[in-house]
Amino acid sequence: MAQVASITLMLNDDARPIIESILADNTGVRVLNMTGAVKLDRDESIVINRASVEERLGRPWDPQEIHLVLISMAGNLDEDDDQFTLSWRH
Amino acid sequence: MTIQIKTLDFEPKRQTFGHVARRLGGDKPATRYQEGTFDIQPTHNFHYKPLWEPDLWQYDVRKTAVVMEDWYKPLDPRQYYYATYNIARANMNQAVDRNFVFVEERGLLTKLSDTGRAGIQRGLLPMRHLHWGANMNMTEICQRGYGTAVTGPCIFSAGDHLGMAQIISRIGLALDGQTGTSLDAAKVVWLQDPAWQGVRQLIEDSFVERDWFQLYVAQTIGINAVLFPLVYRLAEPAWAESVLTVAMLTEFMNDWQAEETRWSDSVVRTVAAESGANRALVSQWAAHWIDRAVVSGRTLSAALLCDEGKAADTAGETARTRARALGLAI
Amino acid sequence: MSGAKKLGLKQRYAHMTRGLDWETTYQPMDKVFPYDRFEGIKIKDWSAWEDPFRLTMDTYWKFQAEKERKLYAVLDSFAQNNGQTGVSDGRYINVLKLFLTGISPEEYQAHRGFAFAGRHLRGVGPRVAAQMQSLDELRHVQTQIHTISHYNKYFDGLSEFRHMHDRVWYLSVPKSFFDDARTAGPFEFMIAIGFAFEYLLTNLLFVPFMSGAAYNGDMSTVTFGFSAQSDESRHMTLGIEVIKFLLEQHPDNLPIVQKWVDKWFWRGHRVLGLVAMMMDYMLPKKVMSWKEAWEIYFTEAGGSLFTDLARYGLKVPKYADVATAEAEHISHQNWAIFYQYTHAAGFHTWMPDAEHLDWLSAKYPDTFDKYYRPRWELWAKLEKEGKRFYNNALPQLCQCCQIPMGYTEPGDPTTIAFRSSTYKDQKYHFCSDGCKDIFDNEPDKFVQAWLPVHQIFQGNCGGATVPDVLAWYRMNVGADNMDYVGSPDEALWNEWHAEKLRKAV
Repeated sequence: MAQVASITLMLNDDARPIIESILADNTGVRVLNMTGAVKLDRDESIVINRASVEERLGRPWDPQEIHLVLISMAGNLDEDDDQFTLSWRH
Repeated sequence: MTIQIKTLDFEPKRQTFGHVARRLGGDKPATRYQEGTFDIQPTHNFHYKPLWEPDLWQYDVRKTAVVMEDWYKPLDPRQYYYATYNIARANMNQAVDRNFVFVEERGLLTKLSDTGRAGIQRGLLPMRHLHWGANMNMTEICQRGYGTAVTGPCIFSAGDHLGMAQIISRIGLALDGQTGTSLDAAKVVWLQDPAWQGVRQLIEDSFVERDWFQLYVAQTIGINAVLFPLVYRLAEPAWAESVLTVAMLTEFMNDWQAEETRWSDSVVRTVAAESGANRALVSQWAAHWIDRAVVSGRTLSAALLCDEGKAADTAGETARTRARALGLAI
Repeated sequence: MSGAKKLGLKQRYAHMTRGLDWETTYQPMDKVFPYDRFEGIKIKDWSAWEDPFRLTMDTYWKFQAEKERKLYAVLDSFAQNNGQTGVSDGRYINVLKLFLTGISPEEYQAHRGFAFAGRHLRGVGPRVAAQMQSLDELRHVQTQIHTISHYNKYFDGLSEFRHMHDRVWYLSVPKSFFDDARTAGPFEFMIAIGFAFEYLLTNLLFVPFMSGAAYNGDMSTVTFGFSAQSDESRHMTLGIEVIKFLLEQHPDNLPIVQKWVDKWFWRGHRVLGLVAMMMDYMLPKKVMSWKEAWEIYFTEAGGSLFTDLARYGLKVPKYADVATAEAEHISHQNWAIFYQYTHAAGFHTWMPDAEHLDWLSAKYPDTFDKYYRPRWELWAKLEKEGKRFYNNALPQLCQCCQIPMGYTEPGDPTTIAFRSSTYKDQKYHFCSDGCKDIFDNEPDKFVQAWLPVHQIFQGNCGGATVPDVLAWYRMNVGADNMDYVGSPDEALWNEWHAEKLRKAV
């Protein structure tokens, strides 16, 4: 069975550009809609690219801002100035 | 279809929780501070003795020698709960950010002479370690103390000290062009320079103090009251070249101390006023830790200011006067 | 500066945290950190710790202040608009009663426990992370109290949550869980709460509660829940970092950590049985069944995790298979316990209606109609005949999890499971192999348990009769306890809704 990397975000204006950038940058991502929240699952890994979020947001975005809308996640976190990745790779 | 919900009768059955109402002397509306603080620490019917301290419960009034009939008497005059605390600090920190931008854009710290730079490196930057030590102590009081009225603000204070240690670190990084070299050098000063060894010994000795309220007195009435004003105000001549810059960048510390002191003084005053025995104990602790802070501060101020320790004596006198005003016999 | 390189973010953060710490010399390190050796965990190099999030205090204040401003704006408007009248049904409030009496006080315990770890772990990296978590946990207990405070103004069963938490029989289940963690050493605490609870099981607690709140129109609880969860993901990262760090540091740590993972998984599973019951029985509008939640959040998410941890030799927790099999039964068995003892519970109970029974049949096709529906139908019939079933005998409690002995044998849902151990000539009783193992590993700790039923028999709970004990609980008899039907909560709810309908015409 594939290991599933997962991120759950609030469903609001602040999170929408992040959700959209995840959908655009991660082929095969699976979406589970919950009331007020959305769970995004993908085999092995999920990446959030700063540039991709900024494009949608129209302003500079610090990956740490994800703290404001993050509900849950699964996978090992790797975070730097340009991206936020959850994966089961080593 | 219109639902005129406003016209419904929504008379509350009760205004607040039972334990809060009993403290307010009746069922009255309570503040968020009161509901978020009163009695929220468990008090009865614990299941297991701690593996690490099997003689006492994890929440146990016997962890200090002072005795309170009710540990919810020493309340926080600032009425901080988590939200109001963080919002207050976020606001204070906006000024810090603006000041750093101002200083960094104008290169006010990178343009200093070698002497100017050395003054800050030796006199100011080691303070980040003292703040870290204070952070350890306030965290310890939070975990070991009794009653949320005191222990809650202690974790806020621990966060404050970490924040201040990080402001000092940012000053160092602004000073050394974001390389960290000044911070490494200042750590050597903290560990080896005779100027700081009294202060380091003082804080290390406080780390092993087991009586949490004595530790509270040591930190707030002793260390904070003597050494912070000594460094943040009286030691300014040691960085004469950049007095205004440093004053700007350490504005947070002065604002913070004025604010925290309102709380910590009030706690000490209340606990000492509880009984003659408490007053005697707290007075003795305050005298002891103020004396120790002054002795350690003398070496520091002699080294930084060549004043034979006078600045430390001045800070000590102010601290003693304040302690007397809290009802302590010193 | 002379040729020195500018720092990257990681190094800069290291200066902001790790650079602050030093080896003490005026006092021995073992005296400054007296508690991090006795558990037998071996740490060769604290600096190998990977900081999960590089959050400095200024960023922490900024983000948390922003979250709090938003949250309290919602709470204020909820109160102003009498949002309590807009939830799905008056029964829903009982979910909040269970939460405030059973969960919020544990957030407080976590706050103090992380302060302990935040002072007493020798490594500065985990200490800073633990301190931030200590702050967060204080946030959670306070925001929960502030959110539910509004409901307390109108509904019963919430007002004495603090008093009840230290006394009421079923609340000793979560309380003993956290007391156990708080009284363990700092490493076990980090595995118990940081890893097992926050990483492995927290989604099973919060996501069902919060989605349940959202589904049932409780916007204030959803807001605090999701807002708290944004801290939780930081906590989860700390939890996973802790376990990896311990396993990487020394091979001798593996058997110790495995034992803790086994223990805390099982203890967590038992506590979460209360959540299972809440999901399957107490939410007027259902989100998903407990069994479905278990599949998503334990079987799937836990599967990925333990595949990952296998490279350290760590195995799936012992009895995970038993717990998964129990997901078919646990909510029903718990609801049966509370229905029988409704007179001693601080929230209301009821028998599921026809629609609810059908939902349960659909969600539990292999077990519900066979084992539980007949009992519910019988009890409903007795209610109609005015012979509602109450159990007036005090139950025997499991010495470990403290739940009344009502769970069944693995593979045989018609036989109650009993286990026992003899220690120092005394016999102790358990609900399961999982609980018995935990006792057998630490008998000196678990013989101390403050077991509510024993305490009643010993005369420590206000007296010998049920009314004496309920008075000692500060339970407002006839309002806080018993069935929803006939309760003041129901009367109030019906009044509001009759009024709403009347005005709407």
